[in-house]
Amino acid sequence: MKRILERIVELLLTISGAITTIVILLIVVFLFREGLGLFQSSNVEKGYCLCVNTENTVLQLTPFQIKQIFDEEIDNWEKLGGPDEEIVVFRFSDSFLDSYSEEELGKNLEFLPEKLGEVIRGTPGIIAYLPVQYQPINQRGVRILQDGKIKLSDFLGGSEWIPTATPSPQFGVLPLILGTLWVSLFAILIALPLGLGVAIYLSELAGEQMRKILKPAIELLAGIPSVVYGFFGLVIIVPLIQKGFHLPVGETAFAGSIILAIMALPTIITVAEDAMQTTPQAMREASLALGANHWQTIYKVIIPYSISGISAAVVLGIGRAIGETMAVLMVTGNAAVIPHSLFEPVRTIPATIAAELGEAPSGGPHYQALFMLGCILFLITLVVSISAEIISKNKSQAKGI
Amino acid sequence: MIEAKNVNFYYGNFQALKDISMVMDDHTVTAFIGPSGCGKSTFLRLFNRMNELIANTRLTGECLVNGENIYQKSIDVTELRKKIGMVFQKPNPFPQSIFENVAYGLRVDGVKDKHFIKQRVEESLVSAALWNEVKDKLKKSAFELSGGQQQRLCIARALAISPSIILMDEPASALDPISTSKIEDLIHVLKKDYTIVIVTHNMQQAARVSDKTGFFMLGTLIEYNDTRKMFLNPEKEETQNYITGRFG
Repeated sequence: MKRILERIVELLLTISGAITTIVILLIVVFLFREGLGLFQSSNVEKGYCLCVNTENTVLQLTPFQIKQIFDEEIDNWEKLGGPDEEIVVFRFSDSFLDSYSEEELGKNLEFLPEKLGEVIRGTPGIIAYLPVQYQPINQRGVRILQDGKIKLSDFLGGSEWIPTATPSPQFGVLPLILGTLWVSLFAILIALPLGLGVAIYLSELAGEQMRKILKPAIELLAGIPSVVYGFFGLVIIVPLIQKGFHLPVGETAFAGSIILAIMALPTIITVAEDAMQTTPQAMREASLALGANHWQTIYKVIIPYSISGISAAVVLGIGRAIGETMAVLMVTGNAAVIPHSLFEPVRTIPATIAAELGEAPSGGPHYQALFMLGCILFLITLVVSISAEIISKNKSQAKGI
Repeated sequence: MIEAKNVNFYYGNFQALKDISMVMDDHTVTAFIGPSGCGKSTFLRLFNRMNELIANTRLTGECLVNGENIYQKSIDVTELRKKIGMVFQKPNPFPQSIFENVAYGLRVDGVKDKHFIKQRVEESLVSAALWNEVKDKLKKSAFELSGGQQQRLCIARALAISPSIILMDEPASALDPISTSKIEDLIHVLKKDYTIVIVTHNMQQAARVSDKTGFFMLGTLIEYNDTRKMFLNPEKEETQNYITGRFG
């Protein structure tokens, strides 16, 4: 009877382990499957196409070039490798219909493509942005631009994130990656020394009474919802930064870093402190017996001994900083531009996903781009934890355990 | 010379040592024996002030090293510990290389002269009879050594800072017989240059290595005498009983 019970418990444990693993794997697979769909999407908004005059030798345009053309930042085809011809931007709109009579266009606008073709034929420098159903197919002097796919290089190298731009949405992820790294990096730069300092204090210097009060208090901090931290940041830190540094707005990367640092602190402190506590008393005694003072013992024995735990603390802290959404969303100002200083608004990857997923049409390129952002976030944290693993492995090999 | 005068020691309310007075001479090996919990380790640890690391302890009486009370305010405890080396029950090398383990005491003392450190490490390892076994792998982690080698490394580590006294708290209790005999041989050799106080569970070991033996029971020093006399013809009945195994 007892044996059967044991078998059942064993089975249950195995099953729960297997299920967890499978679910995690499935999430990753789902993330990448959705995200990679982005590279199947066309450059130009769905249902539309771009047409040029046949004299134009430009065959294909990148999303960024399209954007520059329609923003009139590029005004000559020569810059895109075409003939020396001024670019004439043509957006199809209802007002175009007004210049023709109903007879000319036909009852169901069946002659509209022909008229559009005429316009294109007559303007060598034209680029026309048309709904697909009106595209002038097989007409003399009209060439429909090849429908390019969004490329990985456009995605990773692009410096503009304007997913709702027409005719070509901009999925340049660089400002978001840099925003995330920027905010996280400074958060860690603030939180790490502070957190390790507190961990050392708690583990080695604080009295028993102090420890008994401080440790649960710090652990409690880890449980505060991030939106509360964000609120605190918005009300206290943002105005402080604005006044303190005389900035036009206080919602900056710096505000995000401070909030993230505060949020990462409890994790870093508790994990690092636990690691230091595991240093055997014999190790401390050996050091002190050799005439080392307290500080020498801490940095020459206790920190090296607990380095794997400390690096775990660092990784968890970084993980928290990189993945944190709500608080950052509230205090960083959410401008998707490449940051040049700490005192500019930035936007992080998680904040982008949270803010935009609701308005992105399911299955569209914007939606897929957001999933791709999730993949990038996943890869960043993966790299962080793998490098921490390698560091702590090297250290513990030196330790021999 | 090490001296204890009317030493009482308390862990909280528990009195671990009761009115102990004794003198340990230079260049001798003094062994403390007695059943577990008799206070012999506590007594040993008084002389490099290791008991201070434990919260809620209290000491009365005097502990003198070379005539100086080591508990008076003017004593710098780190300086004191540089003069009094200690070897612990379990080998406790640092998570560092063999070389760095031995160099540790010098480094924390602020010695920067690389040549001197190298020389001192070699001398210490030679003195601890470990040099031949580790001279080709000084850069390797100390944890790659066997238990017995680790313990000799810990002895070398204690020797490197040139103490005059070495306290050993059951240094061979975690080791196999061969390693134990190596440590015992080492104690014989080290006696020439150092004053050694050793706590041991093993009475044969006390008989083999020590010149004088103190027998502790329930926090009191029952008998303190020449080792020879102690084991052949003890003065107290409790000692007789313990040594012959009728008690303890």
